[in-house]
Amino acid sequence: MSWFTRMFTSTIGQKLIVALTGLFLSTFLVVHMVGNLQLFKDDQGMSFNLYSVFMTSNPLIKTVSYILYLSILFHAFKGLHLAYKNLKARPVGYAVVNGKANSHWTSRSMGVLGTIILVFIVVHMNDFWAEYKFGHIPYVQYEENLQTGEIKSKPYIDEAGNPKTIAKKVEETIISKDGIDYKLTITKDLYAEVAEAFNNPLLVLLYVIAMFAVGFHLFHGFKSGFQTLGLNHPRYNPAIQFLSTWVFAVIIPAGFAAMPLYFLLIK
Amino acid sequence: MSGNMNLTLKVWRQKNKDDRGKFETYPVQHISPDMSFLEMFDVLNERLINEGKDPVAFDHDCREGICGMCSMFINGRPHGPLQGVTTCQLHMRSFRNGDTIVVEPWRATAFPVIKDLAVDRSAFDRVISAGGFISVNTGNAQDANSIPVPKDDADAAFAAATCIGCGACVAACKNASAMLFVSAKVSQFALLPQGQAERQERVLSMVAQMDAEGFGSCTNTGACEAECPKGISLSNIARMNRDYIGAQLSTQKA
Repeated sequence: MSWFTRMFTSTIGQKLIVALTGLFLSTFLVVHMVGNLQLFKDDQGMSFNLYSVFMTSNPLIKTVSYILYLSILFHAFKGLHLAYKNLKARPVGYAVVNGKANSHWTSRSMGVLGTIILVFIVVHMNDFWAEYKFGHIPYVQYEENLQTGEIKSKPYIDEAGNPKTIAKKVEETIISKDGIDYKLTITKDLYAEVAEAFNNPLLVLLYVIAMFAVGFHLFHGFKSGFQTLGLNHPRYNPAIQFLSTWVFAVIIPAGFAAMPLYFLLIK
Repeated sequence: MSGNMNLTLKVWRQKNKDDRGKFETYPVQHISPDMSFLEMFDVLNERLINEGKDPVAFDHDCREGICGMCSMFINGRPHGPLQGVTTCQLHMRSFRNGDTIVVEPWRATAFPVIKDLAVDRSAFDRVISAGGFISVNTGNAQDANSIPVPKDDADAAFAAATCIGCGACVAACKNASAMLFVSAKVSQFALLPQGQAERQERVLSMVAQMDAEGFGSCTNTGACEAECPKGISLSNIARMNRDYIGAQLSTQKA
């Protein structure tokens, strides 16, 4: 057995995979949440739609996204595999277990919370990621008045009302009308897709439940990842604890949950 | 006999490791609050012997909290409801008259039940044999001051070395992981100059043996630290993780 195999078949090595992928996924959540805040912008979705183009065409981001998909798979299946092995480490259980006396419930429920998140990711990627990449999302045309900044949008359709498409992901042209410059932007209208999806209260409920799961999962998971890497020191433990609790268990899930609720209740 | 307690014990009885085992209920009367938990079991066993029944097998030795032999899982917690004590140092005043107390053996694949509440913890011995030592030539001990050890390191090494190997960490862990025990035994040498020569080999061998024994993996719940009668710190687990990863990446061995 090579050292590499030995390391990544040991319990610590396998946990290292879970920790590294988990921490990487945590950094992704920050980017994903901050980027998606553009959904709240009152511009008929133009910046969000242009952001979607950027995120699906920039070579660096595309490369990272493939690492991300692999990380999700490794994290989920290695985690479940270890959870299964851990069950086998105690085949006969206790009649009475007083878990709350010695540990936080989130730390004892990572498998269940993670499974909820995995189901959510499948639904979420099927709704938006697969739809954007392989589905038929209609195009939208924005007309931005470069003098006043006012934005108007209309569906990109021909005279008969049939949806038109363009060869590129986005097409931008500047035109002049009555001495005023306008910027025309044609792109896929993922924003409308999002708005439509979040009109479904059941889907919104799934999203909100999933964000609770994300919050509780990361409340333990983020700091646990550092411990597995061997990073435990009084100097920086308070910072890890703070990030775990406030950023990853509160702000990030609350920001994500606000998006579907915004479309269901306000928009 | 005022102030004495009447209790109901639900005790795991199992003839041998192949027996399925089941709970037996025993009422015990006139228990002094000043008795230790094990003395209460002595009273029960005296009665069972007088009745011609099989006494409850349980592990014990020093009965002063330092040997690590006693190992009862009491009302869902190893060594019972108190923090920082072993079962032998748990007194009946920690319970109330009329309580029902459930007593189980440590549960883990690596700790098979021998009989009743006694489990086989020789998996720990095999982990120690794999590398939990330093190799020194025999002869006179050298002068203590010839090896300088910073006070903080000496204290941390000593704190790790207070582990009595009772197995409460494994019993408390939802994954039956032995990481707290193994990390304490790795750390007590890793922190001292005498432990440096075999530092990498030690952590690699001890973790390999720990895995071979069928202990689960650590999910950092912290249950072990909370239940450890000696208060062994989770920072030892982080140190072992660091040492293990570092050793795998840099050891000279193929």
